[in-house]
Amino acid sequence: MTPTVSTPIGAEPDTAAKAVQVTDLSVDLGGRLVLRGVDLQIRQGEVVAVLGTNGSGKSTLIKTIVGLLPAARGEVQLFGTPVPRFRAWKRIGYVPQRITAAGGVPATVYEVVSSGLLSRRRLFAPLGAAGKAAIEDALRVVDMADRRKDAVAELSGGQQQRVLIARALVSDPELLILDEPTAGVDLASQQIFADAIRERVQRGTTVVMVSHDLGPMDALIDRSVILRRGRIVYDGPPHASQTNAHVHHSHDARNDSGWLTS
Amino acid sequence: MTMFQLEFMQRALIAGLLTGLSAPAIGTYLVQRRLSLMGDGIGHIAITGVALGLLTGTEPVFTAIIVSIAGATAIEFVRARGKASGDVALALLFYGGIAGGVLLIGLAGQGAATLNTYLFGSLTTVSSSDLYVVVGLAVTVLVIAIGLGPQLFAVCQDEEFARVTGLRVQLLNLLIAVMAAVTVTVAMRTVGLLLVSALMVVPVATAQQVTRSFRSTFVTACAIGVTACLAGIITSYNANVAPGATIVVLALAGFVVAATVGTLLRRRAGRSAPLDDEEPEVGVPGPAPHVVSAGHPHAHGEECSHKKVDHGDHVDYVHDGHLHARHGDHWDEH
Ligand SMILES: Nc1ncnc2c1ncn2[C@@H]1O[C@H](COP(=O)(O)OP(=O)(O)O)[C@@H](O)[C@H]1O
Ligand SMILES: [Mg+2]
Repeated sequence: MTPTVSTPIGAEPDTAAKAVQVTDLSVDLGGRLVLRGVDLQIRQGEVVAVLGTNGSGKSTLIKTIVGLLPAARGEVQLFGTPVPRFRAWKRIGYVPQRITAAGGVPATVYEVVSSGLLSRRRLFAPLGAAGKAAIEDALRVVDMADRRKDAVAELSGGQQQRVLIARALVSDPELLILDEPTAGVDLASQQIFADAIRERVQRGTTVVMVSHDLGPMDALIDRSVILRRGRIVYDGPPHASQTNAHVHHSHDARNDSGWLTS
Repeated sequence: MTMFQLEFMQRALIAGLLTGLSAPAIGTYLVQRRLSLMGDGIGHIAITGVALGLLTGTEPVFTAIIVSIAGATAIEFVRARGKASGDVALALLFYGGIAGGVLLIGLAGQGAATLNTYLFGSLTTVSSSDLYVVVGLAVTVLVIAIGLGPQLFAVCQDEEFARVTGLRVQLLNLLIAVMAAVTVTVAMRTVGLLLVSALMVVPVATAQQVTRSFRSTFVTACAIGVTACLAGIITSYNANVAPGATIVVLALAGFVVAATVGTLLRRRAGRSAPLDDEEPEVGVPGPAPHVVSAGHPHAHGEECSHKKVDHGDHVDYVHDGHLHARHGDHWDEH
């Protein structure tokens, strides 16, 4: 299926390198083909939601795009460069699917967010004034500026998720890749998060976001891609019946029939 | 003549100072990655290294460092593959290290006394050449642990994210393993191979009781490590016992004190600033049916010390982490 979405305002002309180009991608995890022949092109400036049931391969697709998983067949390109050779990681902001911002030693909100700047820092170099300003800015955007000295382990799940989003935003990436950033996040946090994404989108940032529950993000989405059992079964403009389907999903034992049941 | 004028004590104290700094420094990263026992494993393997040195007449420090780096690399390799069988493979490696070491030391014609100086440290055996090696290695470990702090922190905190920022994660993981191996060798003469891991982990666990940031944990742990090492060496001289044991017992005593103080501090902080940061949600209907505060002996009012929260049609009082609101003759939990 080809995308039928119209070119969003501010998007690059078609000749520019695609932010993400996935060609005939198959991914093998533990002997199982979790992704099968996925083709996906994301232009610069697009905001794309990746939807699908649990286990449909959304996280696998995202992780392969950022180079955390190898392709069994096919290829992923970021800004025109195949991922194994891609080095311009400062152009990418990644929010993993997880709500553990904490390790075995306490770390503050500020420390975790500052690790998002490493793609721009040289070894043995201290954090400069520009870096500090960027951290402050990212903390403000997710409304965590007054919690900067708090240990992340002591925050609520939604607050921890906001810290992870700030960590991805702090390097001012051109392509934001988010894996269920709003899962288990309260409505107030979701609103803050949607505002932060809107601000970036207006500046031309490309966004790829996995989410069951788009919530306040709904209005930002240009295009939906729906995965089912490792294949793309829909790729086109979002419409209300899809983005809101999660609200009405039934809790039948077998709800595999819908695209968006979770 | 005081003990500080004795040359062997000066050497022991310098070695102790550097051990006390470098062991908690690398230990902070190991604890953050939840690899607290890695130092222990390397310590076991290093025994074989020491034995090889004694057997071949080479300086045990050199053979120990080579064997520990090889062992640490193997441990990191097994860990990175993440297989369930890796756990057993590591156990085999550790027991092989200690059994092989004891066997080889026996073959080298050395007795339990020699072995003990490596297992639990010894004040009199830090030679000048040992000291040069220890100083060089410890300084290297410290420069890397501090200079590459942001990178090492990121890798230990969230490996996948670190990879997406373009860090050479495998290389940094290996670097941590090798630094741990080097630190084990540095610590061999003061705390000894069996207790080195304690000096890597206990100061970090102690610091965590009172710290909130990674950086302050790192610095506090190093300060605790130095204090424990120097005090332990002095005590060991006076009491004529193995320094490793006194150092670790002192570090553990510090942990007990910090844990007690930390618990008290947290309890007090929780009482004086209840829910300071949690905005009471406005416009959200309260729980129904309403919850009555059990046996509320105190009447909130204008003069009471509990924080007031104006909440539309009523006022809540923050009381031990709960919101209390007047409802007729009793207090509701909000
Ligand atoms: N390491 C793994 N080994 C084998 N199978 C895996 C592994 N990780 C995930 N899977 C399987 O791959 C499928 C897709 O997983 P994932 O991409 O996480 O789904 P989603 O994010 O859409 O919920 C699931 O069926 C899951 O069981
Ligand atoms: Mg997922």
